[in-house]
Amino acid sequence: MHEQQITGEGNSLPLAIELKKICKRFGQVQANRDIDLQVQRGTIHGIVGENGAGKSTLMSILYGFYQADSGEILINGQPATIKNSRDAIDAGIGMVHQHFMLVDTFTVLENVLLGAEQSASLDKSEANALEVLEHLSAEYQLSVPLKSITAELPVGQQQRTEILKALYRNAEILILDEPTGVLTPQEADQLFRVLKALKERGVTIILITHKLREIMDITDNVSVLRLGEIVSTHRTADTSTAELAELMVGRKLETQHFHKVDTADGESGIAVNNITVVDDRGLTRLDDVSFEVKRGEIVGIAGVAGNGQSTLLEVLAGIQSPNKGQFVINGHIVDASAPLGPREMREIGVQHVPEDRLRLGLIKSFTAAESSVLGYQNRKVFNWRFFLNIKSIRAACVKLMQAFDVRPPDPKLKSSSFSGGNQQKLILARELDKAPSVLLVGQPTRGVDIGAIELIHQKIVDMRDANCAILLVSVELDEIMTLSDRILVMFEGRIVGTVKGSEADKTTLGLMMANAMDTAA
Amino acid sequence: MDSVLTLQTVLSTFDATLRVSTPLILCAMAGLFSERSGIIDISLEGKMLSAAFAAGTLAAVTGSPWVALGGAIVVSVLLGLVHGFACITHRGDQVVSGLAINVLASGLTIVLGIAWFSQGGQTPALASESRFMPLQLPFAETLKGIPGIGPFYESVISGHNLLVYVALLAVPITWWVVYKTRFGLRLRAVGENPLAVDTAGISVSRLRFSAVMIAGALCGIAGAYLAIAQNAAFAREMTAGQGYIALAAMIFGKWRPLPAMLACLMFGFLDAVSIRLQGIELPIVGEVPVQLIQALPYILTVVLLAGFIGRAVAPKAIGVPFSKER
Repeated sequence: MHEQQITGEGNSLPLAIELKKICKRFGQVQANRDIDLQVQRGTIHGIVGENGAGKSTLMSILYGFYQADSGEILINGQPATIKNSRDAIDAGIGMVHQHFMLVDTFTVLENVLLGAEQSASLDKSEANALEVLEHLSAEYQLSVPLKSITAELPVGQQQRTEILKALYRNAEILILDEPTGVLTPQEADQLFRVLKALKERGVTIILITHKLREIMDITDNVSVLRLGEIVSTHRTADTSTAELAELMVGRKLETQHFHKVDTADGESGIAVNNITVVDDRGLTRLDDVSFEVKRGEIVGIAGVAGNGQSTLLEVLAGIQSPNKGQFVINGHIVDASAPLGPREMREIGVQHVPEDRLRLGLIKSFTAAESSVLGYQNRKVFNWRFFLNIKSIRAACVKLMQAFDVRPPDPKLKSSSFSGGNQQKLILARELDKAPSVLLVGQPTRGVDIGAIELIHQKIVDMRDANCAILLVSVELDEIMTLSDRILVMFEGRIVGTVKGSEADKTTLGLMMANAMDTAA
Repeated sequence: MDSVLTLQTVLSTFDATLRVSTPLILCAMAGLFSERSGIIDISLEGKMLSAAFAAGTLAAVTGSPWVALGGAIVVSVLLGLVHGFACITHRGDQVVSGLAINVLASGLTIVLGIAWFSQGGQTPALASESRFMPLQLPFAETLKGIPGIGPFYESVISGHNLLVYVALLAVPITWWVVYKTRFGLRLRAVGENPLAVDTAGISVSRLRFSAVMIAGALCGIAGAYLAIAQNAAFAREMTAGQGYIALAAMIFGKWRPLPAMLACLMFGFLDAVSIRLQGIELPIVGEVPVQLIQALPYILTVVLLAGFIGRAVAPKAIGVPFSKER
């Protein structure tokens, strides 16, 4: 019903992929319902939608992870049965997964070869592949050091390894799932140049993302998924980010603007002095880091994932002790020689919303009520003399759920049954409810729907206005720029730049994140 | 009184080292295949014991060492398949499955042994033509006279049965398969990141089943060695924990063939020395109690694994059943 919008121009390009009435159900959840999708050969087709809208399920069906309950897949006009990844590869489909499918201990070359070896002897296969790969990397500017160990490469190069893998298997259709989540803006630009070069040579690309600006920049057509259904397919030129966002969420969204504050002479909330952390492997994670966060201020830490932000949060939350240096929180001095644990940190008024909510934020098999008191389970109100007071725990949980619009508001439900956004709201509710004077927030909206992002951002700004000192870590540069009054940029464990929130611009921050300020200037 | 250190005793200690190390080396290579594919294999012990029993029984019944060897391999591979069925097909706990196989093997070999042969769990003693007997390598006699190399060749390298040489050959072959072939690449990959293997279009189950079957075959040879080459009959519990020691050696060798073999040789050497040390007065310490010397390899296993192994990086996906659901 939407296809006329694409083919409206009369240039009926042949279709690389055609999906007809694809349905997939997991138990009670209808993940995909009557999906009709047409992707023209040699185009970049964007698929957007909130988490849980069914994007990943749909692509997993195309790549053979799952099989559709009903419906038909046509590749280049031919009906195709895709039961596993082998079938997908044979049909010319390659996929770059959000979490890379690479063996960390292998060299790039070995990773590319895996499953596509041309001979039983490895040496022969490698020799054959080297030639082909050099040709491919030159043609598409995909330079990757083929003999390096994959785990030691930056994520951008790991991603290129994945693309090479697909091309080496002669993929004519390339699916990329949230490819820019882990990249700096510059790396993302580079990726897009590669994608454009691929398109010019006739490769069909499906780009799954929730970043609408990317859709506008690079795609030819875009389909929006909501609640398992395709709600529209447009030529990208005929639509706008505002329209797409509205289609994704199903209601109008207002762009958020928060006023920035300048608290230069305010009271200090967190003061970090010369903190250094060296990990078990002898790598320096934090290198002589010093900064201050005032009460009533949001300080955002920008940086590509893995440049020490996580360690910083863990140190301030008491999870990890520093090797050198000290920090002062609310007048309490915490020194490397006498570190405090997470519980003591809470007692001096530090609340922590961890980056990885499934690992540190809650326990999947616990009920929402149990997860909502983690870290506070010793409080009198939650306890009888020997046993937990489940009733009061549940009552408190219901209150939190109402305040933060956690859906469904059922404290007896398992934590893992909630969507990522609702899990995050529950954790935020738990920490913010304790009226913190110092708040550490890691990736507050990772994997969270647009609708919920609004609320989470508003709550964080509310805390600032209630005179809380907030340290925010996020890999989403937009988020950092929206919320922060001051932005610090981290690179390889050091703070390499400070920018006022009101004066920040993306290019400068991006260059700082890659520590390329000097060469660019 | 003998001196402990005559040339002859040194040579015969090395000779004994090779003999006791053989089942360890075979089992360590077996464990390496299995664990590199991501399947923990503590059932080396049980597979080797069952294979030893099968070999002892078949050699006694048929009189052919080759039939016995074949039977031992079949039995051990079947147990490997049981392990695979539990751990790969049904995603069971790999340690529990391995332990179950060990318990089963320990009980069943005794019960069947008593039922069939009524010798308290032993199989009948074998004549030399139904065993693998020592082989004289070419030129051993001729070279014997050359000082240094000659006696070493004659009494350490030469004069072992076929299976000892098979074990020694198994190490470079394992190395070659693991590092130089397509199968090896996939094997290493599936132990690190099975999802990467699956998305590359390769069946994870099939790879892991191949690995446990290879492990079974190698344990089968080790069992046959115990019952019909090193000894002349199966005796109850004759593996005496060697499967576990092999596993420890393999971990000590960090899942790599050559270091694993060296670790096996070291354990074997200790064992050989402990036999030689019994009843001998040592300077300063005097006579060491036999029990302590016999316990030495086991004590060393614990000490080495606990303290000296350093960063042992196991295959990342080891022990985790593979499931496609994300």
